[in-house]
Amino acid sequence: MSEAPRPRVAVVVFPGSNDDRDAALAFEQLGADPVLVWHAEAELPEVGAVVLPGGFSYGDYLRCGAIARFAPVMAAVKQFAGEGGFVLGICNGFQVLCEAGLLPGVLRPNESLSFVCRDVALRVERADTPFTSRVEAGGRLTIPVKHGEGCYFADEELLAELESEGQIVLRYEDNPNGSIAAIAGIVNRDGNVFGLMPHPEHAVDSLLGSSDGALVLGSLVDAVRERLPAPA
Amino acid sequence: MRATVLVRPKPGILDPQGEAVQRSLEQLGFPVEEARVGRVVDLELDLGDTDRTRAELERMCEQLLANPLIESYEITVAE
Repeated sequence: MSEAPRPRVAVVVFPGSNDDRDAALAFEQLGADPVLVWHAEAELPEVGAVVLPGGFSYGDYLRCGAIARFAPVMAAVKQFAGEGGFVLGICNGFQVLCEAGLLPGVLRPNESLSFVCRDVALRVERADTPFTSRVEAGGRLTIPVKHGEGCYFADEELLAELESEGQIVLRYEDNPNGSIAAIAGIVNRDGNVFGLMPHPEHAVDSLLGSSDGALVLGSLVDAVRERLPAPA
Repeated sequence: MRATVLVRPKPGILDPQGEAVQRSLEQLGFPVEEARVGRVVDLELDLGDTDRTRAELERMCEQLLANPLIESYEITVAE
């Protein structure tokens, strides 16, 4: 029996990214081949998904993610997303996706003004996305957060739209940052771009407390694998 | 030409930074009811006339200097 094919996943590295290697390691462990892509690249290599990792891209100057969206690679990421490619933004990556207009809304300083760094319980609102297929709807995940600006904000109109379109994928059970409607992660309307504040790549080994993050990243690996051309 | 852009959290948007400043001022004995914290961007630019400069500054605010979802901005152009 042949082994399952290892799909290629790009992990973008911005100056100030610091979870890029953890993300790459996690994907490797989950059966994918990660490719680190420097922010100055104008093109993406041949990959099935793109990950924008956590960290403090460009020092978080002006607003988190506000400068990273001008990185040359972001034009390629936008095109990739526009063509239906899977894009996952974790923490700072989520902030970048919002600033780049690939996801609606914005991440603001935590209501407490304190940096939060701990495991949080998440409720899975949708299990029918490429990022949550390994989880059950209504299921519960334990994944760590570590951020100072993770307070998701959408105005009334946008929030109503997110709710009615079913774009809210994850909610906090005990809101750590003041996010509106306890939102921890959302997808775009087409469902191929996902951003979340918690760090699934830091929860892929039960030795470190939880392996629930592997369910999220593993779902993405499954989704990418499904799109691979059938072996001849 | 010198221009100044003042970026503020929109009314109704929670401003935890402003709240912390307000509480600290009260602790110092200043009776402050509300504080809101924004950001100032001073720019030196040469785009010819004032109208054009204003229009360009407006675009800069919409595209980068402010996030229109949560922030309002005010542009001042020095003659």
